[in-house]
Amino acid sequence: MKFSIQVNEGPYQHQATDSAYQFTKAALEKGHEIYRVFFYHDGVNNGTKLTTPPQDDRNIVNRWSELAKEHDLDMVVCVAAAQRRGIVDEGEMQRNGKDAENIADGFRISGLGQLIEAGVQSDRLVVFGD
Amino acid sequence: MSEDIKKFMYLNRRAPHGTIYAWESLEVVLIGAAFDQDVSLAFFDDGVYQLLKSQDTSGIETKNFSPTYSALGDYDVTKLYVEQESLEERGLTLDDLMDLKWEDEDDDWAEKDSIRLVSRAELTDIIEQQDIVFSF
Repeated sequence: MKFSIQVNEGPYQHQATDSAYQFTKAALEKGHEIYRVFFYHDGVNNGTKLTTPPQDDRNIVNRWSELAKEHDLDMVVCVAAAQRRGIVDEGEMQRNGKDAENIADGFRISGLGQLIEAGVQSDRLVVFGD
Repeated sequence: MSEDIKKFMYLNRRAPHGTIYAWESLEVVLIGAAFDQDVSLAFFDDGVYQLLKSQDTSGIETKNFSPTYSALGDYDVTKLYVEQESLEERGLTLDDLMDLKWEDEDDDWAEKDSIRLVSRAELTDIIEQQDIVFSF
C-alpha cells in the first residue's frame, strides 16, 4: 500500500512524532511504500539540525534523517509553518535575509500543496497529532 | 496529478484561539481548494467556536482570521458541516454563527447557505464516506 504521513506535533513535546516514526519504519519494513512524510504545525521542529537531546535519549531528528537516507524518503516541511517557527534552508535564508540555516539532512521545505498532493496520490494518509 | 477526485474532509475540533490549529487548518483548506477535489469541513467540539459571529481578538493581540471563512465560498468550499450536539453543549445556536453563503453557478448563481447543521450520528456517516480526513 502507498502511505503518506502527516506529523503535526513537535519532537519530545509530544509522542505523535515518535509514533509517526515508528509507523513509517514499520510500514517500510513490511514492504509498503511511503510516498511522503509531511511536517506541519510544530511538527516542522522535527527538521532542525540544531536539536541536541541528552545522550541517553533518542535523537528524533537524526532518526528521521537516517530513515530518509536508507529508504530515499521524501520528507517535506511546510514552508508557512516553518517560517513562523524558524526552520530555514539555504533558499529561505537568502529569501528572508537571515544569516543562518538549520534544516536537517533529508528534509526539504515546500508548500502545503505537497500535503494535498500526497493525499491525492496515496492510498492512505495517516495523521499523527493531538 | 491523478485525475480522479477524492473526498477531502477537514475536521475542526478546536477553539479558534489558544492554539494555532484552527488558523493553520484554514491555510490548508485555502491551498487545497486549488486541487479540484471534493472538499468539506466539519466543525465539532470546541471547533464550533471558529464560526462565531463578531469575533474580536484585539484584547489578545492575535490575528482575527474569522473573516476568511466568508471567503470559502469563492474557493468553491461550500460544505461546512456543524454538529448540532456540539453547539447545544456550548449553549450556542445557528444564530450565533456567521451567515456563510456560496453562489451556485448551476442554479443561476443563487445564494445558498454553506453551513449545514447535522447531528453527531449524521456527521459520523459523512466522515465515513471520505477518502482523506485531515484532523486539526
